[in-house]
Amino acid sequence: MMQHEQLFQSKIDQEVKIEPLDWMPDAYRKNLVRQISQHAHSEIVGMLPEGNWITRAPSLKRKAILLAKVQDEAGHGLYLYSAAETLGTSRDQMIEDLHSGKAKYSSIFNYPTLTWADMGAIGWLVDGAAILNQVMLCRTSYGPYARAMVRICKEESFHQRQGFESLLVLSKGTETQKQMCQDAINRWWWPSLMMFGPKDADSTHSDQSMKWKIKRKSNDELRQQFIDMIAGQVKLLGMTLPDPDLKWNEERKHYDFGEIDWEEFWAVVKGNGPCNKERLAARKKAWDDGAWVREAAKVYAEKQSKKILKSA
Amino acid sequence: MPATKNTTPLIKWLFYMADSNLILSQRNSEWCGHGPVLEQDIALTNMALDQLGQARAYYQYIAHLLNQDVQSPEQYTNEDELAFLRDNRAFHNLLLCELPNGDWAQTIAKLFFFSHYQYQLLNMLTQHEDDTIRAIAIKSLKEVTYHVRWSSEWVIRLGDGTEESKTRMNNAIHYLLPYLSELFNPADYELSLKAYDIESLKEKYIAAIEDVLEKAELPIPVSFHINLIQQKGGKQGLHTEHIGFILAEMQYMQRTYPNMEW
Ligand SMILES: [Fe+2]
Ligand SMILES: [Fe+2]
Repeated sequence: MMQHEQLFQSKIDQEVKIEPLDWMPDAYRKNLVRQISQHAHSEIVGMLPEGNWITRAPSLKRKAILLAKVQDEAGHGLYLYSAAETLGTSRDQMIEDLHSGKAKYSSIFNYPTLTWADMGAIGWLVDGAAILNQVMLCRTSYGPYARAMVRICKEESFHQRQGFESLLVLSKGTETQKQMCQDAINRWWWPSLMMFGPKDADSTHSDQSMKWKIKRKSNDELRQQFIDMIAGQVKLLGMTLPDPDLKWNEERKHYDFGEIDWEEFWAVVKGNGPCNKERLAARKKAWDDGAWVREAAKVYAEKQSKKILKSA
Repeated sequence: MPATKNTTPLIKWLFYMADSNLILSQRNSEWCGHGPVLEQDIALTNMALDQLGQARAYYQYIAHLLNQDVQSPEQYTNEDELAFLRDNRAFHNLLLCELPNGDWAQTIAKLFFFSHYQYQLLNMLTQHEDDTIRAIAIKSLKEVTYHVRWSSEWVIRLGDGTEESKTRMNNAIHYLLPYLSELFNPADYELSLKAYDIESLKEKYIAAIEDVLEKAELPIPVSFHINLIQQKGGKQGLHTEHIGFILAEMQYMQRTYPNMEW
């Protein structure tokens, strides 16, 4: 046992990826299933707030872009569920855990999408925040997770550029469009910062995850990186971020920023955000309404394989 | 609203093709994020994207044709104006395309009936004398070939799956049957275009549909229903009550915020 653990840790230390059939500590496996499935659920639940606007997109081109984007997110969910399944937990089990509330998804998707500008703001800020996390995860220690991330990252950076570009159009548009753009940034800014999770000092899973190189940067590091990136980009839009304390700090070579509303953060995590109930209800409804379809597909497949056996 | 004043048969027919694809795409896209299983959610969204792409190709061609007769650039029309600023009486889509999604079986059945029709039609249009129409047909045919396969497989899977899925598939087909005669009940613009032979289209269509239904163990006399004249009007802009709600949702942004770039 001891030997196993040493070998495992030395692989990690030498940047050798852990693969599905390798020995791994139970806690590593559990931690990964928790994180990957949470990540997969976020992709799937994340389809809902944006999916909201597919039927109302303001132009045919934007409709096509949004449809394709939400479809990409479904694909991400699929890669991630597959990566998690290599650790021995089935997709059905993970989905059940989502529906029972045992598994979490990113809290950002519990905020409502109220105007068209929210599509741009989500692409720019939410996909933007996700990318920083995911770029780091391309180098995570578990092979299948890292490889899924490489594919996903390419699409996410495309989403971010599309989101920014769609806000850019609004920022050059009429007064109404400019207001719509600023309002969306105001509403999505703080929740985006919360996406990186609690401060390092308050984060429960962080230390062990860093040692196992599941995570390679701390929540606070990633959050700072995000703020620095967005504070630069927002100027190109001629918009502002809703934080009076946001200021370049020459000494730190980073932006200083105001305090996040942690009370709101925990309220949303605990299920009391604006859309927690709707999001989960929508997922459950889709799953329950589809039960007869999945059952029919299974029964049909069984009939087919029996036919093949008979004729063989 | 400039576009609809021009009413050549060709343009009316192009609206028929564009609107049918757009409205069914709009319906299929309602499923995005709500499908019964992730892989099928992705597949149906893909087809909604294909249909949207086909609709755009026709609208862009209409805009091109209309703009040829326009004197000043301010009067130019474009795909968005055509899709978002016409009212329901100007929409020429098949009634079949605007019907509600219902359950998965009804959604499948709509796509099944529509894509088989499109497949036969596009096949004929790949010989069309108009370069643009021919090009659109060749490109669309590849996509529609997949729609035909995917929806037919699902009709068979549900028809030959469980008792419940068979009942649901059967109900869906019976719900849609009255809307099929419209496919082959030609509008005046179809007749004057003479672009395809409707009788042979119908014959091929019925054969293809009945073949799948037989494999699905759903013996339904489709040809009998198609030959009865039942629901009609979509091709001429006379719709069901559903269209008003579809357009209200789809056109909301352009109507609320006119004359803006997005
Ligand atoms: Fe994603
Ligand atoms: Fe994304």
